[in-house]
Amino acid sequence: MELKTKIHAEDGKQEITITREFDLPVELLFKAYAEPEIVEQWMGTKVVKLENRKHGSWQFQTSDAAGKVVFEANGTIHEFVPEQRFTRTFEMENAPFGIQLEFFDFEKLTDNTSKLTMHIVYKSVAARDQMLQIGFAQGLNMAHNRLQTIVDKLK
Amino acid sequence: MKLRRDVFQAIADPTRRAILVLVASQAMTAGAIASNFDTARPTVSKHLQILTECELLQQEQNGREIFYHLNLKKIKEIADFIEPFRKMWDDRFNKLENIMQQYKSKK
Repeated sequence: MELKTKIHAEDGKQEITITREFDLPVELLFKAYAEPEIVEQWMGTKVVKLENRKHGSWQFQTSDAAGKVVFEANGTIHEFVPEQRFTRTFEMENAPFGIQLEFFDFEKLTDNTSKLTMHIVYKSVAARDQMLQIGFAQGLNMAHNRLQTIVDKLK
Repeated sequence: MKLRRDVFQAIADPTRRAILVLVASQAMTAGAIASNFDTARPTVSKHLQILTECELLQQEQNGREIFYHLNLKKIKEIADFIEPFRKMWDDRFNKLENIMQQYKSKK
């Protein structure tokens, strides 16, 4: 099955673009990013802080079953236009990856479909390539976990 | 004759995948890698050996230390490099879509 998500990562550039079309009105797509309790559901993380305004900041935290924090990220919100776009920085804490700049654009296609464009700019080409490698490894992990779940069901 | 290692067998093991995730962020020595696991050091060494034999990891001598890093060329062979990353995002977005569709119908 073809994936609805497209990733554009040109060689030698310090940016990537991720696009995805949704069977959702743009209001609902935007809401999924703007409302903390919904973000928590699909991102699987705790939203410590999400100030959706210029000069606002955000902070996410994920814990494992034992309550140990395994992932922390934060950033500043530079622009927030409901149902259209927002711009933020993203920094993973306790990780050597640096800070990235993220532009989110929300576009209405029809009354019931919409499109998200994420444009992410990294500090350097090397930093971008490193994030792609990590994404690769994590994606690999998730693919295996999914496979494992399916296999377990067959048992 | 040296046993030819199967790449897919190599990545089927959760510890070896965890090693790949670790090394993806930076080149590391065997000691630094082992310190991330509760497993005994020789076990980690064995995993590193398998990952190196199937060329997913490459060794690089730096002074007296040997650093392990990902061999992107080999990884590109298993799958298009970006494909798992794309799949990860696609899954995440699918979840978003499902949640919001339920949200819509609740209203």
